[in-house]
Amino acid sequence: MSAIVPVSAAGKTERSGRRLTAYLLLLPGGLWLLLFFVVPIVTLLAASLYDPDGSIEAGFSMTWSWHNYVDALADYARPFGRSLWYALLTTAFCLLLGYPLAYAIAFKAGRWRNVMLALVIAPFFTSFLIRTLSWKLLLSDNGFVVDALKAVHILGSDGRLLATTAAVVTGLTYNFLPFMVLPLYASLEKIDHRLIEAGGDLFAGPFTTFRTVTLPLSMPGVVAGTLLTFIPAAGDYINAQLLGTPKQRMIGNDIQRLFAAGAYPTAAALSVTLMAAIVVLVLFYVRRAGTEELV
Amino acid sequence: MTRVGRWIGRHLILFIGLLVLLYLFAPIFVVMLMSFNAPTSKLTYTFDGFTWQNWLHPCRPSGLCEAVSVSLRIGLAATVIATALGTLMAFAMVRQRFRGRSATNLFIFLPMASPEIVLGSSLLALFVSSGFGGRLGFWTILIAHVMFCLSFVVVTVKARLTGMDSRLEQAAMDLYANEWQTFWRITFPLVFPGILAAALLSFSLSFDDFIITNLNAGTTVTFPMFVWGSAQRDIPPQINVVGTAMFLLALVFVLGGELARRRRRSTRAR
Repeated sequence: MSAIVPVSAAGKTERSGRRLTAYLLLLPGGLWLLLFFVVPIVTLLAASLYDPDGSIEAGFSMTWSWHNYVDALADYARPFGRSLWYALLTTAFCLLLGYPLAYAIAFKAGRWRNVMLALVIAPFFTSFLIRTLSWKLLLSDNGFVVDALKAVHILGSDGRLLATTAAVVTGLTYNFLPFMVLPLYASLEKIDHRLIEAGGDLFAGPFTTFRTVTLPLSMPGVVAGTLLTFIPAAGDYINAQLLGTPKQRMIGNDIQRLFAAGAYPTAAALSVTLMAAIVVLVLFYVRRAGTEELV
Repeated sequence: MTRVGRWIGRHLILFIGLLVLLYLFAPIFVVMLMSFNAPTSKLTYTFDGFTWQNWLHPCRPSGLCEAVSVSLRIGLAATVIATALGTLMAFAMVRQRFRGRSATNLFIFLPMASPEIVLGSSLLALFVSSGFGGRLGFWTILIAHVMFCLSFVVVTVKARLTGMDSRLEQAAMDLYANEWQTFWRITFPLVFPGILAAALLSFSLSFDDFIITNLNAGTTVTFPMFVWGSAQRDIPPQINVVGTAMFLLALVFVLGGELARRRRRSTRAR
């Protein structure tokens, strides 16, 4: 964090006045987040320990049923592991596709930079459900993607894409790609071009320059992008529902189904476990990547 | 060798980038095409024939236009509230020194780092346990949307504020502008692009949200929920009309802004 320059010389009273201003500015938004983000998470924690035999009509009683977690994990270990695995694959593909795109926008697009950036965001405005439905059409058994893959023998003559893991991961990658490209672009764009030129001047080839200069300098973007892709992908159920079969079911599908069926304690226990797994993974990853400053 | 390498480096990456953009646009082309579809059967989702009918009668599927109107109203209200509250927070985060700043930073980042299913289900747990389970609808959706848009607004406006040269404000003060004048004549116009970007982002997030909305909507139907509902039965081509129209509006807005920016720059250069 930089550039906090007091506008005028700050006396002691003025400083405490400014602090008060800060709290006043933070108050409305902070209250909103407290009431509708923090309190709900606490409620969710409580709900995960309710008596699992309760119902919406009869109400739930607090019985500190820790075994809700044991039961939930025993029943839903597979979709759970699958969610994390799909999210990992999605993040890897997003990085693979997103880095060249962000790099091209930051360094190669010239005066078309803003237009290309706008084009990355533009698909957002067509509802993502509609776009995912379009993937269903694109990947369908007699669609041209399947025909093309069959023609080059990547796919067998009776092979299909729709209702496979490949389809679900394709959809996930597609949906979260902009969340990877934008932070990557933001960190690439900040890199001083002279540093890259210096790499060339010191007889490093383009690849060595990229590996030793560009890539390390873009690490904050890589970290932010992978987090913003991995986290929503792990909780998603739309792609699994529309492009997959019950065999590709993710944990989000189960949480949604259980909540809709009124099985709050189990659903809440699964939600809390998902959140906890993500927090642990993220902390571990951020520690390894060595970037403490997240935003 | 190095010259060949440089040439490849220069053009290959741009080429790959354009291919990735094409991947981002592939489904959009399908949506546009399907908006002109005249389906022969309700069960298949294939292109059967060309027609203008969907564009002439976008409201024919019952409930579609009502759902779009609900989404527009929630989107606008959520955008106004989230942008206002988030901008205030961003100013505090960048311009003020106070205790607990890094904790506040984390606090603002957390909602972005939570899976939607967790955000949605925890809000539902709150509404149900505080007795609002039977009154889910417009207001509970609005509350949820403001909540998840807020963090994105703070981050977007903060980025703009951090990159701003505060010497401009000092100069204004040196020229005897008071704090109020400095704010409205210097600070606000400079931050405005960031606020506008945050508002656009909020609106698109709100208009598009399904997972959180679906859990907290009760019987209210937003546009994404309408799409989801019809995906289980038959997909009316009019859905693609709405998708295409939203996309074209966004494109006009963004490209129009870019054109205006270029014209302004070229007149300034002259």
